[in-house]
Amino acid sequence: MAAHASAAVNEELNYLNWQKGIWSWLTSTDHKRICFLYLYAILFFFLAGGVAALLVRTELAFAGPTIITDPHTYNVLFTMHGVFMIFLFVVPGIPATLGNFLIPLMIGAKDVAFPRLNLFSWYVYMIGAAIGAVAMFNPIDTGWTFYAPYSTTTGTSVSLMVFAAFVLGFSSILTGLDFIVTIHQLRAPGMTWMRLPVFVWASYATAVIQTVATPVVGMTLLLIIAERWFGAGIFDPSKGGDPVLMEHLFWFYSHPVVYIMVLPAFGVVGEIIPVFSRKPLFGYKMVVVSSMAIAAVGFIVWAHHMFVAGISDFSAKFFSIVTFLVAIPTAIKVFNWVSTMYKGSISFKTPMLYAMAFVFLFMVAGTTGIYLAMLGVDVYYHDTYFVVAHFHYTIQGGAVIGLIAALHFWFPKMTGKMYNETVSKCAFAALFFGFNLTFIPQFMLGMDGMPRRYYDYPAQYQTLHTISTIGAYLNGFGYTFALANLLWTALFGKVKAPRNPYNSHSLEWQTQSPPIHENFAEIPVVTDEPYNYGTPTGRGH
Amino acid sequence: MSAVAHPIVDHNVPAGEPPHIHHMDTQTAYGAAKLGMWLFLGTEILLFAVMFCSFAVMRYYHLAEFHDASKHLNIWAGGFNTIVLLISSFTAAVAVTKAQKGDNAGVVKNFGISLVCGLIFLCVKGYEYSEKAHHGMFPFVWNSDFYHYKNFLGLYFCMSGLHALHVIIGMALLYWYGIRPAMRNRFSGKYYTPVELGALYWHLVDLIWIYIFPLLYLVG
Repeated sequence: MAAHASAAVNEELNYLNWQKGIWSWLTSTDHKRICFLYLYAILFFFLAGGVAALLVRTELAFAGPTIITDPHTYNVLFTMHGVFMIFLFVVPGIPATLGNFLIPLMIGAKDVAFPRLNLFSWYVYMIGAAIGAVAMFNPIDTGWTFYAPYSTTTGTSVSLMVFAAFVLGFSSILTGLDFIVTIHQLRAPGMTWMRLPVFVWASYATAVIQTVATPVVGMTLLLIIAERWFGAGIFDPSKGGDPVLMEHLFWFYSHPVVYIMVLPAFGVVGEIIPVFSRKPLFGYKMVVVSSMAIAAVGFIVWAHHMFVAGISDFSAKFFSIVTFLVAIPTAIKVFNWVSTMYKGSISFKTPMLYAMAFVFLFMVAGTTGIYLAMLGVDVYYHDTYFVVAHFHYTIQGGAVIGLIAALHFWFPKMTGKMYNETVSKCAFAALFFGFNLTFIPQFMLGMDGMPRRYYDYPAQYQTLHTISTIGAYLNGFGYTFALANLLWTALFGKVKAPRNPYNSHSLEWQTQSPPIHENFAEIPVVTDEPYNYGTPTGRGH
Repeated sequence: MSAVAHPIVDHNVPAGEPPHIHHMDTQTAYGAAKLGMWLFLGTEILLFAVMFCSFAVMRYYHLAEFHDASKHLNIWAGGFNTIVLLISSFTAAVAVTKAQKGDNAGVVKNFGISLVCGLIFLCVKGYEYSEKAHHGMFPFVWNSDFYHYKNFLGLYFCMSGLHALHVIIGMALLYWYGIRPAMRNRFSGKYYTPVELGALYWHLVDLIWIYIFPLLYLVG
């Protein structure tokens, strides 16, 4: 991709150092700085959610009370894990950080369309987080799904927590809206829709889901508050309300939300694999179409979470069949990634290792998802550890690994420094091995009938639970190691990164590392496709 | 690149000229603002869609109660409010045309009428609420004669209450982004984006009422 960028600028001045002081960060409307504001916030909650997860796993390491003596505390802990990880970490995860950093750079713009709205969305996020923190004084025990009627009757501070989730949703809507307008309006000359990098396409599909699905759950959460405060009689069956209606409305958002989490990770992998295979992305158009198809089909599959909730036979069959449809675009993506690697000259740099781990883990997640889409099988697997393992393969193996991959891949661009490759590969090994050690036993536990959300179990499940707990600690160690390596490099690292260390073709690598405040000294003119590696028209083989 | 930040939107331009925006040209900015507003209106409709959906489900379960409860709403007050909002939407539309012609006084006048209509709407709404309060017609007053209407009343207060909140927000927008700059002759054929966006939002507030009124007051 040709880009006439930034030769004459002062190489020393960049977006990180052109203004100084904490205040210049807190009031900055630069999309690259807002990326870092989000990044520190979400990683803090990743840590908090991770600690909750390890406490849960420690309790489950042995049958009988281990460190927790009452079920209520256990309920609180897994709810904290879910709420922190979902609403505060994974949903804003890639879009609000890497999406913010990369979309304007990749499309050749100076900033997002509404920079002030972008900063505002971070403050909204922080307000939501603060409200959630206040709710921790009387922590909720409903699970992250807030199912009625328990959520409308329990004495814990559900109202505060769902309001926090509502506010966080607002932040998510603003981010999504900003990205849609940015991608529509601010593409550089020559940057046609079919020349957009697949990460931008994935972010576009994500932004559409964020904008369309989030208001629905927002209103549903407000109605839970109305139910608790005013007895509105919409979800509470004792007042003539319908709890299944609440589940429908909740999953109308909360199923598409898993695509908010994982679609940007698809985009990340689609960027990494061609660069390290030195081959054009196989079937670019199909990758684009499948992203949009996932976003579209994702809206009509929600009730597969409710096969045992008392929905009609007809709707159960309908939602089962459309759920199978999701397998088609996701499988297309896997074929595209694998075909891109086929006969490429692959270099196993850390981002590539994460990307390949992603493909493998996501395939496990996808195929077990097919089990759960089958009506008869789901009745057996529903609410067992099989679902827990499937979900974590999708979200941790997909979205979180995708985020870590992206952080490694774009780290030189974001900070202008190079991390230590050996250290990051060791961290990857611990993380990948630990992850599988945690969740493969959970698939087996689920097949054996171990229900989720129980704080104790019969002795027959002992071995698998213990293995899973050991894996969880290894997994947690891997994440800490990987992120600490990046943080250390960002703060104290000495090795300067060049402008384009991977010889990539997309626009963000054509400007200096780290980029200047408004990204490009002059707006680039795009004349080529994004992934022409090793082809006659492509440069930099 | 200097170390001094430029404001993103610089309104320090001659009257009637579009503001200088640091990262895009005027035409792009106009398109971006309009697209952003339409998307936002879409999210607002989805927000209300949840309550319309809940209304359909609850009405299916409690058909007789919904029919009877609906008769306890003041159709004349609701009908009057509908007319008031329709008038306000008309003047909001006129204000956009005035802005496009550079008639700032016309913007002030027409948005002013919309603002007054919004105020009348809220007063009538307040009167209706106080009537309900007088009879204890709240979903949580379990010993009132109307407790068996709680599902209807719960939705009635949620829907009309959230709508009233939107009326208040809309009035603030009309004043802050329409009337106030128009009093300083800010708008012209070259620059009228805030007036158009404010009017769009106001139309949405009107549109939602157009559905709430027949559902709650007439169909029941």
